[in-house]
Amino acid sequence: MSKRKVKDDHMPVGECITQVQEVFRERFCCQKLPEQPEGVESQHKHLLELLKRTAVHGESNSVLIVGPRGAGKTMLLKCVLRDLLEEKEVEKNLLQVHLNGLLQTDDRIALKEITRQLNLENVVGDKVFGSFAETLGFLLEALKKGDRSSSRPVLFVLDEFDLFAHHKNQTLLYNLFDVSQSAQAPIAVVGVTCRLDVLELLEKRVKSRFSHRQIHLLSSLTFPQYAERVRTQLSLPDDFPDDKFAQDWNASVKNLCEDKSVEEVLQRHFNSSKDYRMMHMLLMLCLSRVSVAKPNIKPADVLEASKMCFTDAKANMLHGLSILELCLVIAMKHLNDVYEGEPFNLQMVHNEFKKFLHRKSSSMYNFEQPVIMKAFEHLQQLELIRPVDSSSAKTQREYQLMRLMLDHSQIMEALQKYPQCPTDVKQWAMSAFG
Amino acid sequence: MTSLLRHQAYEEERLQRVAEKLPCRETQAGTLLSLMGQPQQYSYPSIFIYGHRASGKSHVMQVLLKELELPHATVSCVECVSVALLFEQLLLSFFGCDAASLLPRSPSLSDFVRIYRQQCSQSPAKQTRYIVMEKAELLRDTDANLLPALLRLQELVEDNVTIILLSEIVWDKFRPNTGCFEPLLLHFPDYSKGELQQILSQDKHPSYSAEFYSSYINILLGVFYSVCRDLRELRHLAALNFSKFCEPLADGKVKETDTHKLWRNIEPHLKKAMQTVYLREVSSLQWEQMQQTEEKETGTVRGLSAHTHVELPYYSKFLLIAAYLASYNPARTDKRFFLKHHGKIRKTNFLKKNEKTSNHLLGPKPFPLDRLLAIFYSVVDNRVAPTASIFSQISSLVTLQLLTQVSHDDQLDAPKYKCAVSMDFMCAISRTVSFDIVKYLYDFL
Repeated sequence: MSKRKVKDDHMPVGECITQVQEVFRERFCCQKLPEQPEGVESQHKHLLELLKRTAVHGESNSVLIVGPRGAGKTMLLKCVLRDLLEEKEVEKNLLQVHLNGLLQTDDRIALKEITRQLNLENVVGDKVFGSFAETLGFLLEALKKGDRSSSRPVLFVLDEFDLFAHHKNQTLLYNLFDVSQSAQAPIAVVGVTCRLDVLELLEKRVKSRFSHRQIHLLSSLTFPQYAERVRTQLSLPDDFPDDKFAQDWNASVKNLCEDKSVEEVLQRHFNSSKDYRMMHMLLMLCLSRVSVAKPNIKPADVLEASKMCFTDAKANMLHGLSILELCLVIAMKHLNDVYEGEPFNLQMVHNEFKKFLHRKSSSMYNFEQPVIMKAFEHLQQLELIRPVDSSSAKTQREYQLMRLMLDHSQIMEALQKYPQCPTDVKQWAMSAFG
Repeated sequence: MTSLLRHQAYEEERLQRVAEKLPCRETQAGTLLSLMGQPQQYSYPSIFIYGHRASGKSHVMQVLLKELELPHATVSCVECVSVALLFEQLLLSFFGCDAASLLPRSPSLSDFVRIYRQQCSQSPAKQTRYIVMEKAELLRDTDANLLPALLRLQELVEDNVTIILLSEIVWDKFRPNTGCFEPLLLHFPDYSKGELQQILSQDKHPSYSAEFYSSYINILLGVFYSVCRDLRELRHLAALNFSKFCEPLADGKVKETDTHKLWRNIEPHLKKAMQTVYLREVSSLQWEQMQQTEEKETGTVRGLSAHTHVELPYYSKFLLIAAYLASYNPARTDKRFFLKHHGKIRKTNFLKKNEKTSNHLLGPKPFPLDRLLAIFYSVVDNRVAPTASIFSQISSLVTLQLLTQVSHDDQLDAPKYKCAVSMDFMCAISRTVSFDIVKYLYDFL
């Protein structure tokens, strides 16, 4: 108690912690852009060149950025745009349209959004156009006229590009690529997607108009690089107000990353996935344990955070079942073993459970059929069991065929952890013959 | 006690108040609070909280957000049958009704994000805004884009907003097939027996001592804990049966400390409650009335399932019996059961059966109309003409959902049926026409 009092008196510590939280939360949560993208220098250069050619020379381009989730596609694109807009001429000239496949779910909405983002709502007004291409043509025409004499380049960014390929007839994509191919207003189309087979989704006519320029962001990280990245992500920047604190913090982070147990944890995370998001999630969990009373990250925090990341959710849910429900799960497991994964219904499960009760002398678990039905339905609500076919209204509830959505090992593990599990239930679960 | 709930951004007393309202949930509240961080800082874009029913997910969220006065919107996904309702509610609670009225008639996600950004640029978030979605598993059944879009709402609207999903179902069942922004997963563990006891003992009766109520809860948990761990259900049962528990005390037969006698008195009562009130056979109101009227033995009031007995015409009963026999007996045994001179059927062959093929385990099998009529004629004693009324009775049995028609491909020509009544129901019916159905059932031979 007294120790914390002393620390509270040092106001700067509280202040520093607030600052630390602010810096890291911006980095992990709202994905603040780094000064220089790491590990993707060549892709960065390539994309910057390409967009510069559109912005400055009026050359039409199309490109796809492909990479798994959390590989830094949006980060790369935003960095490139930031660097691009540093040039005065480009900043004055370039128009940007950002579309997202999640939001613009059909072409009509997308067209409206394009109109809005180009500030042309007053120009279009209430005019009714025949075809999609006509409207888009008009929009781009308006752009041409809007400026002094030459046309201004437009940059289209299509986030979640693969969802645009599901639109009817892919009209939007066709028209955008068509404009980029023919000598009209200079536009650049940048698609961002996580699907590697995205070109297979495109229609032939759309595909033929696409330039087939792809930028792949496939992570080729080795473990030392990964650990190094964790260290840099957890380090405070040079412009941190309190120098002394920043130095101490960075030193402690360096020590932390060299710790054997932390290295092991990082290795496990590295083996399961290499993407940034997962790393940020882990670091965010570590960071949330930093407080005034404990102003730096300890190896124990990293262990705890990683345990939270890797916990088996279904085992957690099994832990909270009542003993009757657990018995039903064990009966289902036995049915699965005996009949080799054939679906079962409530009657069979009940029968199996009754067999267990017969062998046992005490009748502690002699429940009526409706009580068992209620437990069974609870399991179904938790989606631990699932009906084989969905036509549930047709058959009686006790004869509806179900499948168990649990693994053999999950059940056994949950049984080990179950609080005050009766010994005979445990033995029943272990025994090979139901 | 409150050592778990500590945060530099909030005053000590306030957290103390929060902690008092969240018994046995300090650890979870503490973790949540540290993840949420200080109000003006960014928080993780999406947090997914899962745990069993009545493990305090909504309660903890509600108390934290209300007591600490954070801007938030709580939405139940059951209520939001269309996305329009959802969007309206969110805009309403963050920006007032002016913003909500900006939504067009059938808004898309794009409209919502546009209006949100517009409003947000006028009144940017000084504190993290929280969106709490209860029963989030229903989001999977709506538009496929909704869940991925909500998970990355912070990025889409460029505002300090955090979405919190509450669900009973694990995250693995939510993930869309092209992936999405992964939320932080947080588990609310179930209450242990001791914790249940502690929470339930809090709402004690004013006219009795705390130990007395606590011993009552102990007995209640002894009966129900193996079946039910749902706090709400247990609390409901505790409230219903407490008056019965106090009865001997009011009569002056026993003292408060005489736990054994009290237990002897209440235990059979609670056991009965499990078969009636717990299954909602008898409503809570009926149960209370039953307790008040002393002379009536509890359970004599017929429950819901006892009312399933229906009055049927004479031939309908036999039709139903025939249907039951056709559904649960294999066709090869019909000769043996229903023909008078059935020739020789070898007994060993006939009785060769194993558990795997028992129809009372596997459920009813479909049968054609011809077989139903053949059995019907053989079980009815007198001669029945196949009039229109017989056939209309079959179709009215289908309407009553006592029979179900299996395949819909052919209405008139050779329809197939299944019998959809339970064994108990069937025994009751056959008793009214004095027909011994068990004698004709292959499974019970």
